[in-house]
Amino acid sequence: MELLGLVNYALFMAIFICIYALLALGLNIQWGFAGLFNAGIAGFFAVGAYTSAIISTPPADGRIGGFDLHFVVGWIAAMLAAALVAWPIGKICLRFRSDYLAIATIGIAEIIRLVIKSEPALTNGARGISSIPRPAGDLAYMESQIAYLVIVLAVLIAVYFLVERQFNAPWGRMMRAIRDNEDAAKAMGKNVEFRRLEAFIFGAALMGLGGALFAHFNRSITPEAIDPMVATFLIWIMLILGGSGNNRGAILGAAVVWIIWSVSEIATDRLPTEYAVQAKYIRLFLIGLMLQLVLRFRPEGLLPEPLRGDQRVTKSGTDQS
Amino acid sequence: MDLFELLNFYIVPGVVLGSIYALGAVGITLIFGILRYAHLAHGDLATLGAFLALAVVTGFGVSPYAALPVAILGTAAVAVGIDKVFYEHLRERPKIVTVMASLGIALMIRAVVQVVWGVDTQTYTRGIVRPEDYFGIRVRDRELYTILAMVVLVGVLQLFLTRSKWGKAMRAMSDNPNLALLSGIDNKKVVMLTWVIAGGLCAASGFFLGINTELKAMMGWHMLLPMFAAAILGGVGRVEGAVLGGLIVGVAEEVSVLFIPSEYKAAMAFAILLFMLLVRPTGLLKGKVL
Repeated sequence: MELLGLVNYALFMAIFICIYALLALGLNIQWGFAGLFNAGIAGFFAVGAYTSAIISTPPADGRIGGFDLHFVVGWIAAMLAAALVAWPIGKICLRFRSDYLAIATIGIAEIIRLVIKSEPALTNGARGISSIPRPAGDLAYMESQIAYLVIVLAVLIAVYFLVERQFNAPWGRMMRAIRDNEDAAKAMGKNVEFRRLEAFIFGAALMGLGGALFAHFNRSITPEAIDPMVATFLIWIMLILGGSGNNRGAILGAAVVWIIWSVSEIATDRLPTEYAVQAKYIRLFLIGLMLQLVLRFRPEGLLPEPLRGDQRVTKSGTDQS
Repeated sequence: MDLFELLNFYIVPGVVLGSIYALGAVGITLIFGILRYAHLAHGDLATLGAFLALAVVTGFGVSPYAALPVAILGTAAVAVGIDKVFYEHLRERPKIVTVMASLGIALMIRAVVQVVWGVDTQTYTRGIVRPEDYFGIRVRDRELYTILAMVVLVGVLQLFLTRSKWGKAMRAMSDNPNLALLSGIDNKKVVMLTWVIAGGLCAASGFFLGINTELKAMMGWHMLLPMFAAAILGGVGRVEGAVLGGLIVGVAEEVSVLFIPSEYKAAMAFAILLFMLLVRPTGLLKGKVL
């Protein structure tokens, strides 16, 4: 019985790692490839989660939809919706340095949070949307967990190969050129703003997909399901620790950080209640400290970005204006 | 609706809120202008300042206003310390790395506040304060003090920046860092001074938000967007612009309730931010664009 519980927990964790890995890959396109600072990951995640929920749930009273369509339609719609939210933000902010994008994405995540809370016609308010169909959800508990893990893993592998291919393609080379030396890339005739917009939208679409996978796994989505700051920050530390610019690093980082994060949660849950609340915030403090330490002592992450071609001088990103 | 109703219920609270934003926005604009990055931990630094004042109030039983100087000094020291420990070694790296670090710092400061002071909302003083009537315009004492304190603090800062040697050095670093360094300005001192000023103003901003509303761990984070909107609206690097921007954002938020559902009050700052980036990224008073 103990063993069964352990296997169940491992499955649960593996599914979450896959979902977070997907989000980290999305962020890697934005930050690792293009140097764009997205501090509103949770916003795009939520847009994806709610879009897919609305599309695939059976019709319900008091809110738009559900349209009772196949979950694949929901997932595609989630990606489109997240991309659609990213487009105007990118359009306005990508002309400037990434600091402006950071502020604007914090803003958009905040607005999305407000919309979710105060538009019951769209999101069913605080109760959230439930009875979201889960692929292979009719099976027994264990089989259904395994089946979902297989599906999520398949999505992750497919996305990994697509992103990896882009990374090695001329497009990826061009993105890194823009990231490392914007002026030179411009002089070579690259449309810097448009290319950045591409990277921003691709990344956001992946985050939307991650949100959809999360909603279908939980069978429900509520405003409380995602703490914007914590979710966003966890994905950042995953990418930075794993190695930004390296897709395998992003996945490794997701696994390492998520394991640390959830194991420490088990540890603090055993504390008496008066310390448990404080322990939660101490964990947050430590995860923030972890970022500072990685930035200071191993900024390239566990798996550094692979260097190609001329390896003599690789001092990247001198953007002092 | 008559004029006094508009003034009493929307403009006065807007100006008070705007003064609070202005205090924070001045620090943001200084850091943006001199150190050249967006400091995302600014709101949470304000939270820390507010709670430091609370610690003095509850610890020594003094009036909140007596606790303010302590909070200002304490937060300034914390700001300098954070810079020394976490930001200083990132100086040679791309600036965006420091932006990322500051996001982590925001989380860390908030976690400290939540561990030390808990997550419940708190207040400096209990009881309801009735507003006083000045020729039909109703203002509470604390609201008057908020506006006054903002004017005095920013006035002194402006004098310091224009008249004193170190103030001029700070402005020189903001205008042209290479030239400033060549003419022998000590970068380290300028950076430290910037953090002292930004940290102190941050504490004042958090304190006045706390005294006009209530203290909670997320209070500062929710101020971050309006403060940035104010700094960009006024023009990055311009102190008087940050004040103007803060007042406009504050009044816009309060008046917006007349036109849009009050849940979306917080969206005003975001709308202003995007609008300015779209039509005039240099801000109202020609500032910098990074």
